[in-house]
Amino acid sequence: MPFVDTQLVLFDEDYRKVLGVCERLARDAHSKGVFVVDKNGQLMAEAGDLRGLDTTSLASLTAGCIAATGGLAKIIGEEEFPIHFHQGQRDNLHMTVVAKRIILVVIFDERSSLGLVRLRVKKAGAELARVFEEIQKKSERARNGATSPFAEITDDDIDKLFAD
Amino acid sequence: MSFINYASREINCKVVYYGPGLCGKTTNLQFIYAKTNPDLKGKMISLATETERTLFFDFLPLALGQIRGFKTRFHLYTVPGQVFYDASRKLILKGVDGVVFVADSQMERMEANIESLDNLRVNLGEQGYDLAKVPYVIQYNKRDLPNAASLEEMQRLLNPSGAPEYEACATVGKGVFETLKAVAKGVLTDLKKMAR
Repeated sequence: MPFVDTQLVLFDEDYRKVLGVCERLARDAHSKGVFVVDKNGQLMAEAGDLRGLDTTSLASLTAGCIAATGGLAKIIGEEEFPIHFHQGQRDNLHMTVVAKRIILVVIFDERSSLGLVRLRVKKAGAELARVFEEIQKKSERARNGATSPFAEITDDDIDKLFAD
Repeated sequence: MSFINYASREINCKVVYYGPGLCGKTTNLQFIYAKTNPDLKGKMISLATETERTLFFDFLPLALGQIRGFKTRFHLYTVPGQVFYDASRKLILKGVDGVVFVADSQMERMEANIESLDNLRVNLGEQGYDLAKVPYVIQYNKRDLPNAASLEEMQRLLNPSGAPEYEACATVGKGVFETLKAVAKGVLTDLKKMAR
């Protein structure tokens, strides 16, 4: 089964590793915010000074954007466009596809530069790829083993969600 | 596919509302959005044309409650129903955990329903999914219209396998939450099976 289609399980220790990479990148790239988003639109980690941002929407739209341009890439014979840059009047958005499954999003303004962001993202992306290789292995083990929180739920637990 | 996050104790699942153009997919989401407690929902996003036809997708994040200490979150998406947006529909189906097929009950839309259902089957197949195995619910929408086909006719044409089915009138909310609950339950039951 391809990596993209497997269920993803994120354990505490892996989350801390992902967060560590994000925090370092946010600092080193002088960015306003860094986000790690699953290609299916789930937010996995965030770092930086951005407050009050609708991160759920950000994650969903990031995934939609990468999916749409990925479709465009295939039309012209490319596998994917792994790097995206959107320039705004005040803030800019840099997106990179990591390990074919994860999107690394960096938001920055005039206190940083595209060159610096690219440089730092390259290093952080390589680190994240290694972390996600581990996460994938653990996800597969969790899917096949008893570590899933769903292994022991009952029909009753599910029914209770819809009680009202 | 679902995403289990032990750090935030959350389980995230993706449900896609599929169906022909103007069958009421967006209306389903709008009703759910309007009637859900603000604490349980996020912002609804609609990427639509100026004439309010879905261009790429609608998106609504919902929190359903806790199971064994894990918050269950559902991300509801709609696809653009118009035939020529097929490339977009394929993208939105990626990573889907459950599907709702919204059928338009009007007799003159029956061919569009059949075509859209075939298209769903093909697009799911391209992603390696089998409609018979994915948690799946069918909703017969617009039951209030005078030109609605009989329920038996719709069942015969669109649901020969006997998937869970609901009659609905999404504009007033009839059948909307019943459909959502059925697909959510199907997704969670499926996750439970996968965990065994």
